[in-house]
Amino acid sequence: MKYFGLILANLGRHKLRSILTILSVALALFLFASLRSVTTTLAASAQFGGARRLVTLNATGLVFPLPLAYGNRIKAMPGVTGLSWANWFGGKYGDGKRFFANFAVDAESYLRIYPEIVLPDDQKQAFIKDRTGALIGKRLLTQFGWKLGQNVTLQGTIFPGDWTFTVDGVYTPTDPAIGDDVLIFHHDYFDERIGRAGIAGWYIVEIDDPAHAPAIAKTIDDMFRNSSSPTKTGTEREFQASFATMWGNVSFLMSTIGLAVVFAILLVTANAMMMSARERTGEIAVLKTVGFSDTLLFTLVMIEAGVLAITGAVLGLGGAKLLYPAINFNGAGFLPGFTVATSTLIVGALVAIGLMLASGLVPAFRAARLPVVQALRHVE
Amino acid sequence: MIPIVYNVRSVARRPVSTALTALGVGLVVAVFIGMLALANGFRAALAKTGSNANALVLRKGADSELSSGLGRDVASMVAADPHVANGADGRPLVSPEVYVLIPLGKVFDTTQVANVVVRGVSDQAWQVRSNVKITEGQRPTSGRAEVCVGKRLVQRFPHTGIGQTLHFAGRDWKVTCHFSAAGSAFESEIWGENEQFMPVFRGEVFQSITFRLKDPVAFDEAQRSLQADKRMTVDVHRESDFYTQQSQLLGQILRILAIMITSIMAVGAVFGAINTMYAAIASRAPEIGVLLTLGFRPASILLSFLAESAFIALIGGILGGLFSLPLNGIVTSTTNWSSFSEIAFSFRVTPLLLLLGVIFAVAMGVVGGFFPALRAARLQVVQALR
Repeated sequence: MKYFGLILANLGRHKLRSILTILSVALALFLFASLRSVTTTLAASAQFGGARRLVTLNATGLVFPLPLAYGNRIKAMPGVTGLSWANWFGGKYGDGKRFFANFAVDAESYLRIYPEIVLPDDQKQAFIKDRTGALIGKRLLTQFGWKLGQNVTLQGTIFPGDWTFTVDGVYTPTDPAIGDDVLIFHHDYFDERIGRAGIAGWYIVEIDDPAHAPAIAKTIDDMFRNSSSPTKTGTEREFQASFATMWGNVSFLMSTIGLAVVFAILLVTANAMMMSARERTGEIAVLKTVGFSDTLLFTLVMIEAGVLAITGAVLGLGGAKLLYPAINFNGAGFLPGFTVATSTLIVGALVAIGLMLASGLVPAFRAARLPVVQALRHVE
Repeated sequence: MIPIVYNVRSVARRPVSTALTALGVGLVVAVFIGMLALANGFRAALAKTGSNANALVLRKGADSELSSGLGRDVASMVAADPHVANGADGRPLVSPEVYVLIPLGKVFDTTQVANVVVRGVSDQAWQVRSNVKITEGQRPTSGRAEVCVGKRLVQRFPHTGIGQTLHFAGRDWKVTCHFSAAGSAFESEIWGENEQFMPVFRGEVFQSITFRLKDPVAFDEAQRSLQADKRMTVDVHRESDFYTQQSQLLGQILRILAIMITSIMAVGAVFGAINTMYAAIASRAPEIGVLLTLGFRPASILLSFLAESAFIALIGGILGGLFSLPLNGIVTSTTNWSSFSEIAFSFRVTPLLLLLGVIFAVAMGVVGGFFPALRAARLQVVQALR
């Protein structure tokens, strides 16, 4: 393209101005991508859940346990192919400032039901055999500087005392919603230390066919309806989704802020781009005199706006896409699997094109329609 | 000095570009104020929950009421402590409390479930918590399955009207009153009698014991004597400190978010302002030449353009303040992850925040205007006048 040099020269004339414009577009889109990713990540985690997994909780509320004896009765039900249980532990490590999830699970069945938890087989066997062993997500290695084989001591908040575990294995989740900052240990050891209370916080029920989920859930709940602890059973997805809704309006606020931010910065940027185009009235008249056609001038001005907007977009969106995985961002544990989704990149690119049109169209039309005689009167 | 009228008129001559820049700055300021108002409102709701004159007893090591557990023996030992104030009837002002979370469906969408705090209190609790006032109806009668509902819950959850029946923990509970608590987190709770809640929830165990201090200044002494008591293993917190601490996790997240987002926005807006001012100055080079020829010093030109940039930003700041005003008082809700319960609170746009917003705007204007103004001041007369 033979006009490439001309466009470059135009952009290079006010280097500082072009750079600032590109940077502010980049910042706007970076922020937009970040905020939208908070919403998409929350939405994605609400979508998590094996279709064949149900979760059974105490109907009275999340904090009430279920009797361990329910396990055998659930397992014996038709359509149930696997069962595991877990109990929230809520231990703190060190000063307790860095929150991380930790719970007691029935190790063997839990790892069978969650194939998303991946670790070397020898570590898995070591963990299953070690009563006071623990399995940790790989993020905890860097977060607390733990090592494989090390003893770590948690302070119980719900179950008082010092609890020391040996780190027998480090897992990598294949699904980000599982979380890579979790510590799990043996339920049997937990139960023994709290005096064989025989409690499970929740049951994970594996079923043969996702289509049977509503029927099986109802059978489970009906069975325990008139017992001391009635249950509430739902798919794992529903369970996850209920956590996502706990943020309330916060994710709506995020997207509103995201929009305001983008709008504000783009407003200012578009204005600056239009002003700089207006300055060049005289020049455009000269170009017309030497034979540049109206269409060509229109295209040149639009391309210039496009280069600014699109370079900014590439920097901003690309930056967000690369930065978050590089710093292993998970929102202090609140946003496991934080990623900038492809849909965000597409919307961001559309915003950039919109900006190009908004900031380029007016000056481009003016350039194309400019009456040469009048314009040249202002040129010295 | 160049009269300020010059700048005002210059600004007025290019209304579109001024309006766009001011609007951009205004939106940045509005988001800045809005986010801080959110963080503010959240912290205020929790900070107001606890009283300075009350002490809260939890099991040792428990970091929230939810994870605590205390027996009846501890409750009677605390009640007998000499640091506890007595009520008008001579009984100690102590409230051993049952604290649980129950899932409640919301009015607008019953699939959206929130974890609501249900608190079983003693008869004295209404005196111990001096900020709690019954706004409508009668206090639950002792021995009956009756509850009192915090006023923030009334709009958002079904069956919370007076005379209606709430169903939880396998039983029906008649709503006999609504209460307010000066905007604090208590307003997002359901209160009933502790003896009624004990058997249906966790059995013979309290989660916390709150008492009025005989002398608020002597908190340390009360804390020491209770924590040193060999018969029980407890932590004693000043109630106000405890709730402030409960707000720290989420309050911190909200504040960091506010600062991060607005600083990135501010940088973007400053870049925009720099560009606008550069363009403005470039198109007014002859004017500046004239000013210089008339004998105005470069320093006063610098000052004049700085003032102009600050003036545009000031308009933006005022606009931003106006944009954010309607937010004041809007009620929103989220889960306080420290206690895992849902809490409703309102945006609080305070005069201080508005002032901060305006200062922030002017600062953006000055920073954004500095280099362009410097360029204007350094213009050579001959060149500028060509």
